[in-house]
Amino acid sequence: MPKLGETVVDGVIVRWLKQPGDRVELDEPLVEVDSDKVSAEIPSPTAGILQKIIAEEGAAVPVGAPICLIATDQAAESSTDAAVESPKETVVPPNDTSGVTTSSQAPAAARRKGEEHAFSPSVRRLAQEHNINPADLVGTGIGGRVTKKDMLKAIEARSGKGDASQALRTIFGEDEVVPISQMRRRIAERMVQSKQTVPHAWTMVEVDVTNLVAWRESIKDEFRRREGVNLTYFPFVIKAAVEALKEFPIMNSMWQDDKIVIRRQINIGIAVDLDDGLIVPVIKNADQLSIAGIAKAVADLASRARSGNLKPDEVQGGTFTINNTGAFGSIQSAPIINYPQAAILSMETITKRPVVINDAIAIRSMMNLCVSLDHRVLDGAVCGRFLRSVKQRLESYNKDMPLY
Amino acid sequence: MPVKNAIQTIRDTLHQVMADDDRVIIIGQDVGVMGGVFGATAGLAEEFGEHRVIDAPLAESSIVGIAIGAALGGLLPIAEIQFADFIHSAVDQIISEAAKIRYRSNNDFSCPIVIRAPYGAGITGGLYHSQSVEALFFSTPGLKIAVPSTPYDIKGLLRAAIYDPDPVLFFEHKNGHTYRGYKEEVPDVPYTIPFGKAAIRREGEDLTVISYGLMVHYATAAADELAKEGVKAEVIDLRTLLPFDRETILESVCKTGKVLIVHEDNLTGGIGGELAAVIADEAFWHLDAPIKRLASPDIPAMPYAPSLEKHVMLNQEKIYAAMKELAAY
Repeated sequence: MPKLGETVVDGVIVRWLKQPGDRVELDEPLVEVDSDKVSAEIPSPTAGILQKIIAEEGAAVPVGAPICLIATDQAAESSTDAAVESPKETVVPPNDTSGVTTSSQAPAAARRKGEEHAFSPSVRRLAQEHNINPADLVGTGIGGRVTKKDMLKAIEARSGKGDASQALRTIFGEDEVVPISQMRRRIAERMVQSKQTVPHAWTMVEVDVTNLVAWRESIKDEFRRREGVNLTYFPFVIKAAVEALKEFPIMNSMWQDDKIVIRRQINIGIAVDLDDGLIVPVIKNADQLSIAGIAKAVADLASRARSGNLKPDEVQGGTFTINNTGAFGSIQSAPIINYPQAAILSMETITKRPVVINDAIAIRSMMNLCVSLDHRVLDGAVCGRFLRSVKQRLESYNKDMPLY
Repeated sequence: MPVKNAIQTIRDTLHQVMADDDRVIIIGQDVGVMGGVFGATAGLAEEFGEHRVIDAPLAESSIVGIAIGAALGGLLPIAEIQFADFIHSAVDQIISEAAKIRYRSNNDFSCPIVIRAPYGAGITGGLYHSQSVEALFFSTPGLKIAVPSTPYDIKGLLRAAIYDPDPVLFFEHKNGHTYRGYKEEVPDVPYTIPFGKAAIRREGEDLTVISYGLMVHYATAAADELAKEGVKAEVIDLRTLLPFDRETILESVCKTGKVLIVHEDNLTGGIGGELAAVIADEAFWHLDAPIKRLASPDIPAMPYAPSLEKHVMLNQEKIYAAMKELAAY
């Protein structure tokens, strides 16, 4: 375990980027390590074959203790056997082994690609029978694999019979350590990737939606009766945004190496919050849908997202994302761009506010619209014009607009 | 209760059956005057006469062929193939004749012969005195195959084999441990052990080891060693391969979710492949790990050099390592 900072005494293995049997080059990222100061990808100090992982994912390891064995190239060449006993292997880093036991760990069989998160038939059966997601458990098998026994312990713990410390969550001292689900991990990866690669800028406009509110109030019950879904403000905003994207195609684009790709299709990603994370299903070709069509698409995607029944291609191919942060009362937000898209729009909650109109104070229904933009692709001016277009459209929406 | 090794048990069982039943005869190389190369028929020729304990010429095909004819004539012949390695000369008689007589005669005839054959390595016997040949016969319906691992089982299964109405191959592991070293209490009274009923040598819930013959001894010892580390392995001794005990296997696999199949015969085309297929087929949703097989490497023959034989043969350490790895999976 390398020293990650002056005062850092240990680090937690977040994720092995290489598996036993994999080749690793000098300075190639080897493992992700978390400490209370930093999270870092640790580069390999040598080139060779990763022979053995000593510290499994999730383990807290003191600085200086070995975390894996790498057979260096010289060792690998000089012996056809696995060079586990070879004096030329590199212990990362070579230091004391206090507190680290290796006797009970058999070397992990090299896994084929795609098997990292595979569950055995027995685990899958128990998962289904007891409605437990094995991805939420801390695996005790080789390479952190969730075993049948882990499942049985979790089932027992949930029923209150077993040892609670082996339950879904592990308690360390006073703090609770929650294992990361695959969805959480994916969200984390995507957010970090976006924030680290994309220079975010942010801007906001306020929209007077008084007429829209009156219109929607007058038709929502009838819509509900006729279509079977609620008519929220979300489809109106999507409609206005899509029309504005048509007007400013550069907003519907992505940065790609040394060029900007303007997407011809307008596929709107909508963030749907779930119990343990969020997912962004995509309304394909949203520019070809009416407000009613969008409303039904949103209702359908959201309900299937929550029941876990989205198809893979329904969460891919988005070109622009809209967040309904207003749904939980937010009046302002700075969303992270859904990489590799160029911008993201959030609609905030509608509140009645005193507004000055023609030097008179009026009570109007107001809504904020926020945009985060990739400043490599877009500048404030074009975003301002885009937002103004969305604003004007929403402010002009009234009962004379076609719903279908 | 007397304590006996395998050879004493075989000899005493043969003696007991022959004394009780005139139909039982023995035919094989050196079984008469010499009493068998391992002494399994010692004294029987003197007692029952050379018309019931028949020294045969060095011709395995005719040993089995004569036994088949005698069986059709109403006797209960026991043919001894001196080493299982020599059985290949008799394969036509066994597979094409003995195994098919009941079917071919529309159930008018059966072929109640027993073919005893010492098998296995570990005696520095080289190419022609070390083979495991069970896989060769495993895909022949009409045959039964027993591979007992203990004196108690030998007595019960040998008696069951002699009175079984169909041809039985009776493979006895011949190394120093299984033939002479390992001893246990064997009752004097006659008893039989049914074919197709495995024995659980050690109970456990962490993984299942399925084996037969000499390997059962190694696997049980490895399981004892592993138990000291808190891993409880269930060791199943199949006792008979045709038929094999599906019920015991599947019950154990459903309990443990992890299976290691161990046999001395070569890996490819061995019994383990069929067992793995049945387990994958019928216990798929109970598996918590890939079905593992540990067997001798696919090499043409057992090397003659003692150091190489030691290197090639499975032993307690190799089985222990495989069990430990599977337990950790």
